[in-house]
Amino acid sequence: MTALIKSIPWNRIFLYLVLVLSAAFFLLPIYMLLNTGFKSYQEVSLSNMWQLPQNISLDSFTKAWFGSQSEGFRGLNENFLNSIWLTIPAALLSAFIGSINGYVFSKWKFPGSDVLFAMLLFGMFIPYQSILIPIVRVLQWLSNYTGPIYDAATELSVPIWLGWFPSWVAEFIPGYGTIGGLILIHVIYGIPIATLVFRNYYSGIPTDLLEAGMIDGAGFLGIYRWILFPISMPAFVVVLIWQFTSIWNDFLFGVIITSNPSVQPVTVALNNLAGSYIVEWNVQMAGSLIAALPTMLIFILLSRYFIRGLMAGSLKG
Amino acid sequence: MRYSKKDRSLSILLVLPSIFAMFIFIYGFIGFTAYASLSNWHKLKPDFTFVGLENYIRLFKSQRFIIDMQNTFTFTLLFLIVTIILGFFLAVILDQNIKGESIFRNIFLFPMALSYIVTGVVWRWLLAPGTTITGPSGVNILFDQLGLGFLKSGWYTDPSIGVKAVVIAATWQMAGYIMALYLAGMRAIPEELREAARVDGATKIEIYRYIIIPLLRPITLSSVIILGHISLKIFDLIVSMTGPGTGFSTDVPALFMFDTTFRGNRFAQGSSIAMVLLLLVALLVVPYLISSYREEVEQ
Repeated sequence: MTALIKSIPWNRIFLYLVLVLSAAFFLLPIYMLLNTGFKSYQEVSLSNMWQLPQNISLDSFTKAWFGSQSEGFRGLNENFLNSIWLTIPAALLSAFIGSINGYVFSKWKFPGSDVLFAMLLFGMFIPYQSILIPIVRVLQWLSNYTGPIYDAATELSVPIWLGWFPSWVAEFIPGYGTIGGLILIHVIYGIPIATLVFRNYYSGIPTDLLEAGMIDGAGFLGIYRWILFPISMPAFVVVLIWQFTSIWNDFLFGVIITSNPSVQPVTVALNNLAGSYIVEWNVQMAGSLIAALPTMLIFILLSRYFIRGLMAGSLKG
Repeated sequence: MRYSKKDRSLSILLVLPSIFAMFIFIYGFIGFTAYASLSNWHKLKPDFTFVGLENYIRLFKSQRFIIDMQNTFTFTLLFLIVTIILGFFLAVILDQNIKGESIFRNIFLFPMALSYIVTGVVWRWLLAPGTTITGPSGVNILFDQLGLGFLKSGWYTDPSIGVKAVVIAATWQMAGYIMALYLAGMRAIPEELREAARVDGATKIEIYRYIIIPLLRPITLSSVIILGHISLKIFDLIVSMTGPGTGFSTDVPALFMFDTTFRGNRFAQGSSIAMVLLLLVALLVVPYLISSYREEVEQ
């Protein structure tokens, strides 16, 4: 009997027990999100929030997505699209700028470039509170010039089936309260992290490779276009994922720059939805899932690159 | 590399917009905020009359700000300790040839992909204590059902707990990140080092104590910097989870700044809060940036 007890790997069992308990802690909120989101209205109550639903129902999701006119709250559908229109161009632009910067800061160093780079990195850490007021003022100032273009764009006469198009285009014009303004700000404050990732990545590429290109007659742009860019995909994926996630998840810039509910990104809309007393909490849970879905999908599909981005965020790469 | 003059100027020309943007949007804007914090701008229309340190003096006399600073201190300390320890232990466990390691790793890490707003909304409901009319709710029900009723708590609604309850949500979100950093660090330690220690008769715990933890010191430092600057400027999570709370028990300077500036239109006062925040973050980050810059120059 004692031999039997000894042969049981208690250490390992204890290890797995701790592991499973930790996993339970991390999954608890997700369990509640899914469990509540899929419950029908009759079943939702705070006291049985942990019980599994008897009937699967999508009511909460439709309500969170479309809103409810009778109860007087907005759905997330428009804001979800806003976030997509905002996040994709901003992520692409900052990745592209970061790639060029990283190339120069790693392979074309000039006197003072290291100091400038270190100064740029500080921008990753600053509390954005210390720049919010001038951001608002600069965007308002910009709107003096872009506002008339915005108005002209929305008043374009187009065939009825293109009715959505002018206002859609107008939203991309940078200014205060437009998606374009938000893109501009996200691109600018995304430059430090994007530059850092590309600089680290290009630093690892042997300079010999570039010199070979030079002997073949390639210049600054030629080396980038024909040698560096084609092997930059891993860095681009890392930066794009990182930027997509952080821009999608941003709340502060969104709430400061956009006040019109139909222009706000999804995080701001979700916060309004969840802060409203008239919205049932199962609708709030469904809304949270909707807002979390894109970044969750990216994490599930591309977790390897996601983790690399996290490592880059820790500076030492 | 030997460059042609044309390429040299082209390379500088292409980073110039970013450098320019940096000087305006980072340093120029900080300068503007610093200037505004010394002014008399307390309504929508700017008023740049110089008033010296008046706003700062008023700030440090304000009850809300004193509570905020205490909250930030409590939150940062607790958040750093709990998250780093939890992250480290999860990494140690995953380092033991665990079956299904990648599944567990992803479970611990996925909260990183979520917005603080989502995290806040979810944890607000999980830690809602319930009322005497509706009965307990959230995790308090679970504690009841598991016979752990003594763990029931008012969480963030209890002013004596306040911001400490928010640490649970913040740790839930960030512990996986720290785990990933430590795990990568452990995997980078050569197996021979552990092997040699084992031959010398070191126990598993001794190997961690005397070899692995000292070698992971740079990662611990990075973790402190990363978590520290996040925690000093925490805003989204508080907004969506608790708001300022009863008697400002869950309030933080970033929220105070937002209220003062964008709800109260007291721009000069808001700027002074922002500058204090910036100073705190700079004290943490600048020495780190300088030392890693020096290291790089030496290499």
